[in-house]
Amino acid sequence: MAVKIYNAGVKEYRQTYWTPDYTPLDTDILACFKITPQPGVPREEVAAAVAAESSTGTWTTVWTDLLTDLDYYKGRAYKIEDVPGDDTCYYAFVAYPIDLFEEGSVVNVLTSLVGNVFGFKALRALRLEDVRFPIAYVKTCGGPPAGIQVERDRFNKYGRALLGCTIKPKLGLSAKNYGRAVYECLRGGLDLTKDDENINSQPFMRWRDRFQFVVEACQKAERETGERKGHYLNVTAPTPEEMYKRAEFAKELGAPIIMHDYLTGGLTANTGLANWCRNNGMLLHIHRAMHAVLDRNPHHGIHFRVLTKVLRLSGGDHLHSGTVVGKLEGDRAATLGWIDTMRDKFIKEDRSRGLFFDQDWGSMPGVFPVASGGIHVWHMPALVAIFGDDACLQFGGGTLGHPWGNAAGAAANRVALEACVEARNQGIEIEKEGKAILTKAAKSSPELKIAMETWKEIKFEFDTVDKLDIAHK
Amino acid sequence: MSEVIDYKSRVSDPASRKFETFSYLPAMSDKDIKKQVQYLVSKGWNPAIEHTEPEYIMDSYWYMWKLPMFGETDVDRVLAEAAACHKANPNNHVRLIGYNNFNQSQGTAMVIYRGKTV
Repeated sequence: MAVKIYNAGVKEYRQTYWTPDYTPLDTDILACFKITPQPGVPREEVAAAVAAESSTGTWTTVWTDLLTDLDYYKGRAYKIEDVPGDDTCYYAFVAYPIDLFEEGSVVNVLTSLVGNVFGFKALRALRLEDVRFPIAYVKTCGGPPAGIQVERDRFNKYGRALLGCTIKPKLGLSAKNYGRAVYECLRGGLDLTKDDENINSQPFMRWRDRFQFVVEACQKAERETGERKGHYLNVTAPTPEEMYKRAEFAKELGAPIIMHDYLTGGLTANTGLANWCRNNGMLLHIHRAMHAVLDRNPHHGIHFRVLTKVLRLSGGDHLHSGTVVGKLEGDRAATLGWIDTMRDKFIKEDRSRGLFFDQDWGSMPGVFPVASGGIHVWHMPALVAIFGDDACLQFGGGTLGHPWGNAAGAAANRVALEACVEARNQGIEIEKEGKAILTKAAKSSPELKIAMETWKEIKFEFDTVDKLDIAHK
Repeated sequence: MSEVIDYKSRVSDPASRKFETFSYLPAMSDKDIKKQVQYLVSKGWNPAIEHTEPEYIMDSYWYMWKLPMFGETDVDRVLAEAAACHKANPNNHVRLIGYNNFNQSQGTAMVIYRGKTV
């Protein structure tokens, strides 16, 4: 065994942390960072610095380094690649030994990977593009409380996407009026309705009142339609204690699904709540407020595909994914990449979809991607084509804004969805034939007909800010 | 602004009951049902027929008609079983299921003979 001797002082990071000959182990956690360096610093040195500062290193040598086997514990920068179409930055790939992280703790992984290093002075900007979680680590995490198949069985929904709606206005309704809006949506043919993320327990509507009226609304809609219904009761709260109290009450009322905001609420709270859901037979819908703060800047922050993996590990049965076609940001190929990351068992590396690594989820259940925001009946053919059946399509304004009210709006969406699914199953290219499919379906649905007249002209066609890195010069 | 039309759905009206996928569309013709069976078979799913009295529509378990037709790819044979089930249980809802044994779920499920709603 080679003996090491303590030499105080500052050493170049690359002497220790740049290891281009390293072959990553199957058990390593791998990360791809997009680095925008300060001028004049060599690539290898910056990549090594990122590996060091996100693992065992600090700015100077310390004698206690010699009390452990740093070669075993250190992160290693093992590869550097150009970013297609952008000379200001490059990708650095870092491998971390699995023992750097506590089992089952995405909190601990993120604390290292996106911790101090993001404020490091040698960097102008830093973005965590992707992370490969080895199956050995995946197996230590709880994951979704139920998963796609179990949710389908509980709700008895097969062969089509789930249909939902976020209740609006997002703030200001009384509990009873809010329950009315829920009831109207569900009796009209939606499967699920949702608390807006801002709804917690404000003076205008305390959580307990909302829960009671909403559950009554769901149960009446079930009796009326003969179909199973649910509403995501938001249990996001100021403290974990309060969050669990609300979750327990939802269970007591017989609600099938609750909801949490995993970024503002925090990953520790989310993981705990997911465990509670698993133990109590409750489904968990996840909202992602704050994600755009982290993921929208192409040069700094955390890409959403990483936040997606983090949520699947922490636990949630639904996660908002963007719609591609609605009012919010999202490139089609990249969105398909993280949608598959939510719901598939094994996802291959595919740079054309922004996927930097193979990702094996083993037996961990999948998460329903939720498409929500600025979508209406005219988007349905594209949504069915893009998302397939394993998704939840949420029409907020597209239900509540119907000229005849929520029930008619819900029926219009349901007819449109079923018409598109029927046509797709017949082998028809539904994106191309969308207009004909909807027009035919509208003949037996006055609700759909008027919806098509109401929203015909609405389009959101701004360019995406966060594009995939491809050569476009 | 068009005149607002009332949404006709009542707890007291059996016609308001729905039965999941495709129940918001008019009942399919035999030709269209056949296309759905073709789709199911082309996905590699195992066809199965179930039925129930309309009053128990919300139960997870309906009556199986015989056993799922594992590996059956002949669309006409699937349709014949559905027709036989309907003939033997004329008032019941009869649904077609495509069992996906790889994800241990149902790839699809749809009522293809609509019973008398109650």
